[in-house]
Amino acid sequence: MRVGVVTFPGSLDDRDAQRAVRLAGGEPVALWHGDHDLKGVEAIILPGGFSYGDYLRAGAIASFSPIMADVVDAANAGMPVLGICNGFQMLAEARLVPGAHTRNAHQQFIRRDQRLVVENARTDWTNGFTEGQEITIPLKNADGRFIADAETVKRIEGEGQVAFRYVGVNPNGSMDDIAGVTNARGNVVGLMPHPEHAVEEGFGPDTPAAMSSGVDGLTFFTSVLERALAK
Amino acid sequence: MPTIVVEVMPKAELLDPQGKAVAGALSRLGKGAFTDVRIGKRFEVTVEGEVTEAVLADVRELADDMFSNSVIEDVVSITVADDATTTR
Repeated sequence: MRVGVVTFPGSLDDRDAQRAVRLAGGEPVALWHGDHDLKGVEAIILPGGFSYGDYLRAGAIASFSPIMADVVDAANAGMPVLGICNGFQMLAEARLVPGAHTRNAHQQFIRRDQRLVVENARTDWTNGFTEGQEITIPLKNADGRFIADAETVKRIEGEGQVAFRYVGVNPNGSMDDIAGVTNARGNVVGLMPHPEHAVEEGFGPDTPAAMSSGVDGLTFFTSVLERALAK
Repeated sequence: MPTIVVEVMPKAELLDPQGKAVAGALSRLGKGAFTDVRIGKRFEVTVEGEVTEAVLADVRELADDMFSNSVIEDVVSITVADDATTTR
């Protein structure tokens, strides 16, 4: 399966996302923000970083990139799209997922290995998990505070669109401890933590078993590959 | 060339961490009379040619779709700098 990873000016984790796709058994395809070419991919990842220096609002200028028009069309046609951190902010700015992001409530950049609970294991990117499963995924952001109006929060909570919730510590003041959300159809998922940093033993977060051995992030990428095979 | 000024503020009901940090500094300076600070954005858009109703309509659309995110911010004013006429 060909999985596209879009590089924007200021993307940082595009190569890491490509590596995660490769480790999961897929074929990563580099996509460029200035193109109108999805190169025949079957899924798309919007990676982390600080596109356009987070000017205007995090992810806002990138969401107006040429390729984003194609990403929006593909997402609306059902193609799996995963937005990680800055990519999640782009998905929200492009209105592909509900909500928006503001500066962390404590006003600081934060980096930690974050416990999450999987709330929705039916999406294209989460079907390899079980609902209620706790996972550890590295998190690193300054503008990670998920916000939506009360009516929207009530709706997404009611309709299972909260995909992940922070466990133990809410690292940025997000409403309802929301770490990630999905669109109604379940093909578009955005989250602040970085699953691509937890895909290979020796390079992941610490676990009770051994240092740097956490690979919970790999399931995001195997989920989308396996769902594609099942179709 | 005329300039159109767009002002955007974080929604009143949302926490504004920047404003809160400045308000904290004021209180440490003994300026306790200033109880709250909120920080917004001001866009100065320079226009080639005349500011017609069509140009203003364009700026209003940009203000709503790009300069602000309606989930977290409000466009509070759009003015033409030359005569400071409120157009919104």
